[in-house]
Amino acid sequence: MQPKTKHSVVTRNWLYNCTKTITLFVFALMMSTTMICAQDHKGHNHDNHAGHDHSGHGHDHSGHGHDHSGHSHGGHAKDSHAAAKKAGGHAGHDHGSHGHDDHGHGDHDPNKNFNVNEMIMHHIMDSHEFHIAGDFSIPLPVILYVPGEGLKTFLSSKFEHGHKEVDGFAMHHGKVVSTKGYESADLLNLIGGSDKKLYYDFSITKNVFTMMLGALIMFIIFMLVAGAYKRRVGQAPKGLQSVMEPLFVFIQDEVAKPNIPHKWQKYLPFLMTLFFFILICNLLGLIPFFPGSGNVSGNIAFTFVLALIASLVVNFSANKHFWAHTLWMPGVPTAIKPVLGIIEFIGVIIIKPASLMIRLFANISGGHIIILSLVSLIFIFGKMGQSIPGVAVGSIVSTVFVLFMNCIELFVAFLQAFIFTVLTALYIGQAVEEPEHH
Amino acid sequence: MILLDALDLVRPALGLLFWTTLIFLLLWVLLGKFAFRPIANALRDREKGIDDALRSAEDARKEIANLKADNDKILAEAREERARIIKESEQMGQKIIEEAKEKAKEEARKVRENATADISNQKLAAIMQVKNMIGGSTVELAEKVLRRELSDAKSQEAFVEQEMQRIKLT
Repeated sequence: MQPKTKHSVVTRNWLYNCTKTITLFVFALMMSTTMICAQDHKGHNHDNHAGHDHSGHGHDHSGHGHDHSGHSHGGHAKDSHAAAKKAGGHAGHDHGSHGHDDHGHGDHDPNKNFNVNEMIMHHIMDSHEFHIAGDFSIPLPVILYVPGEGLKTFLSSKFEHGHKEVDGFAMHHGKVVSTKGYESADLLNLIGGSDKKLYYDFSITKNVFTMMLGALIMFIIFMLVAGAYKRRVGQAPKGLQSVMEPLFVFIQDEVAKPNIPHKWQKYLPFLMTLFFFILICNLLGLIPFFPGSGNVSGNIAFTFVLALIASLVVNFSANKHFWAHTLWMPGVPTAIKPVLGIIEFIGVIIIKPASLMIRLFANISGGHIIILSLVSLIFIFGKMGQSIPGVAVGSIVSTVFVLFMNCIELFVAFLQAFIFTVLTALYIGQAVEEPEHH
Repeated sequence: MILLDALDLVRPALGLLFWTTLIFLLLWVLLGKFAFRPIANALRDREKGIDDALRSAEDARKEIANLKADNDKILAEAREERARIIKESEQMGQKIIEEAKEKAKEEARKVRENATADISNQKLAAIMQVKNMIGGSTVELAEKVLRRELSDAKSQEAFVEQEMQRIKLT
């Protein structure tokens, strides 16, 4: 039953694949829904089986037997924190901690069944260590600020992949969590407030690391190119310069100039930074191994900041004419003007940047989810390594589809960077447009 | 937990917000100042340079065309001039020849006229001389005849004959 559910999830992924570009956001939502549903389902199973498991632990050998049979039933990994806790509660034993332990090891247990959802989420989400292969990860700096306790900085290797607790913090699934019940500050609980004590996590996570790397690459590339322009005044471009020039000229002539007719030069550096930063983060995300694979531009915080900055640029450059048009639309009945003004205001302040934010986030995350789902075909066809022909077929099918998807994603990487930039330019253009003289 | 993860997926984490803002603003300021503006300026200058070069090339081409047209014009004019000069000189030559001929004819006519006049003068003078001589001789003969009382007509005739023989028309 369980594998069948997973199989259908992946098949569904594959089907969505074709219409991806149109239904990406819907897809991302559906993916999460499916995962949530699947998890619920699993949780129930765990309720039943985990009870056996835990009692098994108590009874030595027979317990092991149970454990194994549990495995051969296939599919219910002992992965879920919540489920394990729930199970502990249900069984009435004090095996909550066992659940934790199980879970801690679960990540690296080779016998453990392959969990598509978990694997995908693990790759999509940010992490405090850079997973390379197998058990090997590159530790990243953890920088935490706990009010009252001060700044804590150390390498994430100190956690020993979740085995060790450091200064009131532990690593759980590659993420740093407080063992004292503190909550990590994010945008939601900073604005909405929280009943728990907040700590501030400024760690150089996998995404921050990738972003810094991308920024560094971008910086080096453009300094070299700018140097080439300075050195070779009036000459034809050469080497790296001729690689970047078409892109630069494209953004300048096709994005900046048509959308911001008169003041394009003022906004050119911003649009260039936007385009190339998104592009390089998108492209780094497509590299399947270190130092790539970080889902930077598919992270909501990243897209949030870019959309926020874009929105600030738009709103601060908006002239009187724009605000007059937005808030008190000429040419409509006076009774409608206030309503329209509110709608337009919300549109400018919230909806436009939010659409920018969600579009980039959903497209890039969606692409990552699809590629990872397709890779998972190998494990699903091969029934987690039990069926060799299945592995062979899965590998072939998966390779073909992943290759295909990677080509599309390469295109999407450019396309999304372009769309973000062109829409920002469009919004700026609308905001700085001078009144027409009729 | 997956539910939490799915929620986590759309929870903007503080650290990432902070770092993204910092990195993006840094890139914007640094690259804007040291890369994007200089590149845009260089591109604009180069474009302008190429435009200028093309325009000046076009101008030069036009100038050359103009020059060539001028040359052609001058050449044509020269040719025309030459033709005209040749024609004129031919005419002139013809005219000179005509005039010379005319002059020669005139001269010849004058010479002839002079000659004729001379001849007629000479003739008249000669005739006068002959007249005078004949007159003189005749008078002399008649005197002689008168002096000699010629007896017979025969001896008279012989005498005249003899005297006639003496008269030499010099």
